[in-house]
Amino acid sequence: MKIWHFSETAYPYLPDPASYESVRVDLPNKFFDPEKGAALFDRFIKEWQVAEEEGLQIMLNEHHQTPTCVDPAGPLLLAALARVTSKARLLILGNPVANRRDPVRVAEEMAFADILAHGRIDVGFVRGVPYEISPANSNPVYTNERQWEAIDLIVKAWTNHEGPFSHEGRFFHARRVNIWPRPYQQPHPPIWVSSTSAEGARRIGARGYNQATFLTGYNNTKPVFEGYRRGWREAGRGNDVPIHRLAYAAFVYCADNEVWHIGINKIPTHFANPPGYNTLEANAKGMRIGLGRYPKAPTVDAAVEQGIMFAGTPEQVLRQFEKFYDHVGGFGHLLVAGQSGFLSHDDTVHGIRTLSREVLPQLGERYPDTAISGQFREMTPA
Amino acid sequence: MIDASVRAGLQRQTMQLGETEIELFQGGTGPALLFLHGGAGLQQDAPFLEALARRFTVIAPVHPGFGASSLPFWLDAIDDFAHLYLELMHRLGLTGITLLGHSIGGWVAAEIATKSTSAIARLVLVAPVGIKVGPVDKLDIPDIYAMSDDQVERLLYAEPDKWRRDRTKMTDADLLVLARNRQTLALITWEPYMHNPKLKHRLHAIDVPTLMIRGAQDGLVSGEYAAAYAKLIQGATLTTIDGAGHAPQIEQAERFVEEIKRFAGA
Repeated sequence: MKIWHFSETAYPYLPDPASYESVRVDLPNKFFDPEKGAALFDRFIKEWQVAEEEGLQIMLNEHHQTPTCVDPAGPLLLAALARVTSKARLLILGNPVANRRDPVRVAEEMAFADILAHGRIDVGFVRGVPYEISPANSNPVYTNERQWEAIDLIVKAWTNHEGPFSHEGRFFHARRVNIWPRPYQQPHPPIWVSSTSAEGARRIGARGYNQATFLTGYNNTKPVFEGYRRGWREAGRGNDVPIHRLAYAAFVYCADNEVWHIGINKIPTHFANPPGYNTLEANAKGMRIGLGRYPKAPTVDAAVEQGIMFAGTPEQVLRQFEKFYDHVGGFGHLLVAGQSGFLSHDDTVHGIRTLSREVLPQLGERYPDTAISGQFREMTPA
Repeated sequence: MIDASVRAGLQRQTMQLGETEIELFQGGTGPALLFLHGGAGLQQDAPFLEALARRFTVIAPVHPGFGASSLPFWLDAIDDFAHLYLELMHRLGLTGITLLGHSIGGWVAAEIATKSTSAIARLVLVAPVGIKVGPVDKLDIPDIYAMSDDQVERLLYAEPDKWRRDRTKMTDADLLVLARNRQTLALITWEPYMHNPKLKHRLHAIDVPTLMIRGAQDGLVSGEYAAAYAKLIQGATLTTIDGAGHAPQIEQAERFVEEIKRFAGA
């Protein structure tokens, strides 16, 4: 079991939500104080270094035009972390390749980051959440198709060593691809793709890439992992899907005191659901029930019950985790959203240390990396 | 005496054009009028179409990706629609037609006319989009993808409460069509936004009489935009219909049909 510390790098000093319509896309950057922003990255990077000291791995992402994540360039942050860490794996999850115009550039960035990190990069690709569409001016239709053409082109750029090749695809053109440097890891860094749908997971399983699902909870995680296994088997990779191909991302807070609360994500429908991003069936259904309101942030108790959060003392976190793990048939990576903007530096560090010293060893014992996924057990209530 | 086919409404058929299969509604008698619908899709039983069918043979295709028309993977632009309809006009042996386009349908009609007017007698553009005439840092057409449905409806209609559709009363099949139409509209209008940068440089070549119609309360296509558009087409006239927004053929159907009949000399 690997635990990855992830920070959304949020900028929390915002006006009252009642004063704005959307926290993402449109909120003016006059609310960003550059000195405070710089100081935030001093602490976020320090927290990642603490995670490394404690034997955890490191994960980061990127978002655009939002105070909820003020890192708009994952590759830059990756490079910074590559030079202030030395042993943790560095996962970028992910490069939003449905929205990036130049996949060859993405291939170069990741190869270069891998050199800077001496081979510690795990490369993730994502479609991008719907409110990334507007900032990227990215067409909301055919995002899946663009994502997969980009991934194929990137992998080819990494693994082709005999000089230029050409690509004239449906969405991308490049006449002489020949990247320097090549990645440190051969044939290429481990590849992760995130998906919260069974069909998306199926495609990832067919490739054998690592698959991460985010905050899908008790109700929606099992079908996603089942989708992965179906794709893996259909592609002839064998019947057994190793546990370390699957990852689950949740909020985790491990401490004796209750300091956590989940942040607001106030976004109007036209940014949260651009036409074409979701399936026609989902949109038709949404139109009937008149989706216009964004869901309220759940309480900690509700989040724990849903399985999107593990919180409390180490014993409580362990018990919640075990129940969830057995319900979904297991996974090999826990991506921990251990900081979502409202936790102080000291509390965040405390959470990282507690997780690492009092939860990780038990997880390591109980869930060996050689396990096969898809073994379900329903735990009886304590 | 009202023609029986008109009372029965436009008749539906399908047509294969290359790799694309489109639905097509046709009815009425008289000179041919090809109607190219706007972003909301084709409302084949709209009163203005029924009225036009009393004076024209109305041919109203449904654009690829809208309604039940197919959408090949490679087909993603207004220019593709223009080529498709040039093929359609040729296949149906149409000559001397009135080409009538609304909104993005008007954009398609303008593109067609810059390629060939051999089958066209006259052109009518109703609240057309498709060119950019304003400055770099100001959208010519407000960003419909950055506002709520309610805000869009207010820009579309002089009387939004009268004309907006109640989605809770629509069938599942209708909602699926609605979702599909919105998706295809996004695909073809996303970037460059609502225009072809080249079109304004080609409009001077249109050599058939052109009428532009705009609703006075149109919040998407401004008076300045329409005037600039009309000015680029030789001899084009611009008529403004009061009490109508972006769809004067819906909100002021009678007045609209009179304008068409007058222009066509019918």
